[in-house]
Amino acid sequence: MNKFFVFLTSLSCIFGESNKLSVYDIVSEMDKNLNSNNRVLISEMIIHGRRKSRTIKSKSWSTGFEKAFTENLSPAREAGTKMLKLKDKLWTYSPQTDRIIQISGHMLRQSINGSDMSYKDMMETRPIREIYHLTLEKSAFINDRDHWVIFMEAKVKGLSYPKRRAWIDKEYFLPIKEERYAKSGKLLKTISMNNIKSVKGRWFPFHYRFKDELKRNSKGTEWIIIDIEFDSEISESRFSKALLRK
Amino acid sequence: MIKFLAKGLIRDKTRSLFPTIIITTTVAIVIFALGFMRGMLNSVFLDTAVIIAGYQKVVTKAYKEEIQMLPLDLALLDVEDRISDLKRNYPNYFWSPRINFGGLIDIPNDNKETRSQSPVMAIGIDFFSNDSRQTELWELNKIIIDGNHPKSSNEILISSKLAKKLEVSTGQEATFIGSTMDNAFTTYNFNISGVFNLNKGQTDKQMILLDISGAQEALDMQGAATEILGFTHDLFYNDNSAIEIRSNFNRTNNDSSDIYSPIMIALRDTNQMGTMVDFSNAALAVIGGIFLVIVMIVLWNMGLMNGLRRYGEIGLRLAMGESKGQVYRSMITEAIIIGLTGTVLGTGLGISITYYFQENGISYAEALEEMALTDMIMPNTFYSKVTPDLFYVGLLPGLVATVLGTMLAGLAIYRREMAQLFKELET
Repeated sequence: MNKFFVFLTSLSCIFGESNKLSVYDIVSEMDKNLNSNNRVLISEMIIHGRRKSRTIKSKSWSTGFEKAFTENLSPAREAGTKMLKLKDKLWTYSPQTDRIIQISGHMLRQSINGSDMSYKDMMETRPIREIYHLTLEKSAFINDRDHWVIFMEAKVKGLSYPKRRAWIDKEYFLPIKEERYAKSGKLLKTISMNNIKSVKGRWFPFHYRFKDELKRNSKGTEWIIIDIEFDSEISESRFSKALLRK
Repeated sequence: MIKFLAKGLIRDKTRSLFPTIIITTTVAIVIFALGFMRGMLNSVFLDTAVIIAGYQKVVTKAYKEEIQMLPLDLALLDVEDRISDLKRNYPNYFWSPRINFGGLIDIPNDNKETRSQSPVMAIGIDFFSNDSRQTELWELNKIIIDGNHPKSSNEILISSKLAKKLEVSTGQEATFIGSTMDNAFTTYNFNISGVFNLNKGQTDKQMILLDISGAQEALDMQGAATEILGFTHDLFYNDNSAIEIRSNFNRTNNDSSDIYSPIMIALRDTNQMGTMVDFSNAALAVIGGIFLVIVMIVLWNMGLMNGLRRYGEIGLRLAMGESKGQVYRSMITEAIIIGLTGTVLGTGLGISITYYFQENGISYAEALEEMALTDMIMPNTFYSKVTPDLFYVGLLPGLVATVLGTMLAGLAIYRREMAQLFKELET
């Protein structure tokens, strides 16, 4: 009887909340927090290798989902390496070889700088609600904070992760934890966020952790935002191939 | 007595010349066949060892687990110290570091943008060290069909098949795209110093060769190597000895908690080579055994025929008063003299022929060019091999079979009835 009561209460909570806010509304709010028209950020990526860890500092400029330019600032070996993304195309420039190389085909599946993120992870430009069917599964507590658990199933073909499950904080509207799966249901990647801060009226995570679950003994990759500016002016020339060599 | 019999043999050519020629020929054939089979198998082992496995290979334990993925981050560090230890502990081998790595090779156009691109399988080999024998092992002088040996760390050799696909030639620039030892994205410019053709089917379809110093620079692997390969000084693979050394090394480096501790892998532990080594040894024993038995039967038969041919002579000698034992023993002594002479001559001839093909080989290049083998590398030229056992193996057919044949034929002497001798001699 008690179990039945708990079940009814849970159902009422889920559907009660979803009556106020649909799953699509939740994801839209989440997108608003995470993305902006223009964004400039300085970050450090800490890649925990099997033998040692490396830290790469970089500066990125991005406009929406489709344009992004990144320049590595340190360490010395990586400094000056630049990456330009324009829609579904990606180029890198390395000062050692003075070559601009387009990353395409199977190279997109390679990891970025040996991290737990692949180039393909950053190539998806479409909003989540356009490419996934969304289902609000339940509510769940993580670290005493209430979250919606949303399951996403691909409605278009060719996605790197046909299934995803996200735990979205009900206050921050941020996916504090996310699991990404293959079509078979095999867990491929996990992402978590913390150190949430308010920036220009939005909540934003300043610490991410990515983990490629297929990498044996992987200790994951941390991405730490040092500084971020939303909606700042970015010149259109920032996203030109010519700037890669400069 | 021996001098008397020897003189008899020399003077009577029918009793000595023909049997000696037969024994010499068969012993020579036995020796060459064994030497060629052994050398042919060793050629297969050596080619696989040079390109893939070494007769011994030292890697880290963690690298061994993921060896198919060529994980550079699990490579051996402080390679020079490790090689010094190996040289000291296993002086019958010479040791050479190597880096196997994959990636893309990108050929730029005049604007330094991609003109053509292909996946590549690269091998960083120690060509430049003073005491390195890798240039000899890879037979660079033979396989380079255009251009020159790499002379600096940023020069590479590219296979003719890959050069054709990318439409490049000697002197052009090629950019390697891949990951460093720390899995960082890397690009590195190389100059193509030459084009090679291994003449081993599809083995070199996507292959580039370079000095290990170039690989270390491109992959940020200073002082590191994915593998250390070991070869015997005479380049002859002895499976039992290889197993013993491998077991000894792994016993003394048995630190189960350290995944980066070194582990030795013998040639037989690589891919399907264990089955190949066992099968080859078994096949060699069976084929050699059958061949030896056939030759022994032939020579035995020759001994029997010889006994029968001398039926009248033996009867006469018995009639003149020689004892059956004396006649029997003299025939055996003659067989020993002929057998020994034939064996010595046959061994000399067989070893000479074997040595000739050990130095010059027999080429099968065209036939093998059509075959697509990856796990096992087939040599395009087979070389025979002179081994110590070839110096005495001829005694079996040459001496033992001849003497046994004569002993069997000679038993007829004891069945001769003395009373019948004159009657037989009349006819």
